[in-house]
Amino acid sequence: MELETPEAGQKFETDVIIVGAGPVGLFAVFELGLLDMKAHLVDILDRPGGQCTELYPEKPIYDIPAWPVITGQDLTNRLLEQITPFAPTFHLGQMAEQLEKLEDGRWRLTTDRGTVLEAPVVVIAAGGGSFVPKRPVLTNLEAYEGRSVFYAVQRMDQFRDKTVLIAGGGDSALDWALNLSPIARRVVLVHRRDDFRAAPDSVAKMRALVDAGEMDLHIGALKELRGADGQLSSVLFQAKGEDPLEISCDAMLAFYGLTMKLGPVADWGLNVDQNLIPVDTEKFETSTPRIFAIGDINWYPGKLKLILSGFHEAALMAQQAFRYVYPDKRLRFQYTTSSSDLQEKLGVADGS
Amino acid sequence: MIIYVTDRDGTEHELEAVEGWRVMEIIREHGLPVKAECGGCCLCATCHVYVDPAWVDRLPPMRDEENVQLDEAVGLEDNSRLSCQLIMSEELDGLRVTLAPGTEV
Ligand SMILES: Cc1cc2nc3c(=O)[nH]c(=O)nc-3n(C[C@H](O)[C@H](O)[C@H](O)COP(=O)(O)OP(=O)(O)OC[C@H]3O[C@@H](n4cnc5c(N)ncnc54)[C@H](O)[C@@H]3O)c2cc1C
Ligand code: FES
Repeated sequence: MELETPEAGQKFETDVIIVGAGPVGLFAVFELGLLDMKAHLVDILDRPGGQCTELYPEKPIYDIPAWPVITGQDLTNRLLEQITPFAPTFHLGQMAEQLEKLEDGRWRLTTDRGTVLEAPVVVIAAGGGSFVPKRPVLTNLEAYEGRSVFYAVQRMDQFRDKTVLIAGGGDSALDWALNLSPIARRVVLVHRRDDFRAAPDSVAKMRALVDAGEMDLHIGALKELRGADGQLSSVLFQAKGEDPLEISCDAMLAFYGLTMKLGPVADWGLNVDQNLIPVDTEKFETSTPRIFAIGDINWYPGKLKLILSGFHEAALMAQQAFRYVYPDKRLRFQYTTSSSDLQEKLGVADGS
Repeated sequence: MIIYVTDRDGTEHELEAVEGWRVMEIIREHGLPVKAECGGCCLCATCHVYVDPAWVDRLPPMRDEENVQLDEAVGLEDNSRLSCQLIMSEELDGLRVTLAPGTEV
């Protein structure tokens, strides 16, 4: 499916803003669409699917109704196919950062890249929170973060003629070690073991550079950051059973994978308990009217963090969302199998 | 069977353990905060624990999968293990572990 992903920084008005494009946010598009509501989705990841695509794309899931077995990636692909008729708009690679109430009762959501969305209803399908990089355990790390310690490369040029220490042994670490090698003065790769869980081709290229003396590889652990005013000058490194070694560097890139953190949602004035948002089980609405929470992010007595529960929650949420989006319309309960009206929306009007 | 778990605040808890359960599941079941984001699939390293030195050699050796996933653990030490890969059995009765950084909920 071709996703509709407009440039960041524009303003849109829609019926429902969905925070999180995991499986539950995606299915919400379907339930809302059947009731004539248009949706825009925001996700910090650069592709839809949430945990299913980020954490376990190849793993089989066995408890999706009518799918005896389906992988995380396939489930996402099927959901995208299922919601195609409703043409949702995706704002990917963006953090939903601010939520404010407008005078007319609608909501305005702003992302970290300046996209502004306005709608009468907000659905928080933020799962375990937004995916953010894991931070190594090093004293005074905060002082260096964003200044000489980074978790992503925004501009490669920033590292031109610098000595860059790259920590980690996965694809991100190797890709950046290889990409920065021609630009940086020197790339120093540090990993805990002499084995890399990355594309074999990248590993081979890295080994060749190391053998040719064009890249340094150290196997062991980082112990300490050294520098002043947020500017690194060296790190203390230690190989197993050996004396610590001081490695000079101007910047460090750390790649220890991603983890989920509730993030900005915590500051939206909602009732939040232990990183979860309590909802009622009739409408899955939060303590703030017109804001719903569905999927892994919500809590109610008996809650199970299962994809199937999130799908159910999306269906009930849509009923109440309809009442806010169309206050003057009457809600009619219909089956997709028998309603020609619904079939028309799904683009299968001839019943086939 | 019991295990002793020190939480991120440094408090030790004596937990009743169930044979066949993952140590991570026992910790979670007792309501101690442990992120265990992937639910025991050996995919997240947010169930990372430090094993009491007296116990390190008494545990079953790591499978490759666990060693690989430790790449994504922060605050790694020689006695690091993933608690979702430690399955409770008679031999582990009395095990002592400490929740590592990165496991906070
Ligand atoms: C290894 C593993 C195995 C699993 N196996 C099963 C199984 O067999 N069966 C089952 O039912 N469930 C399983 N689950 C659980 C299942 O994946 C979750 O229940 C499901 O992903 C929840 O969907 P969701 O849409 O609520 O949230 P998520 O999938 O967590 O998606 C939430 C999305 O919101 C985004 N987000 C959050 N906050 C923001 C923000 N402020 N700005 C921008 N984006 C934001 C996140 O980046 C994320 O993409 C498993 C999970 C894991 C990790
Ligand atoms: S719970 Fe994810 S690796 Fe143990």
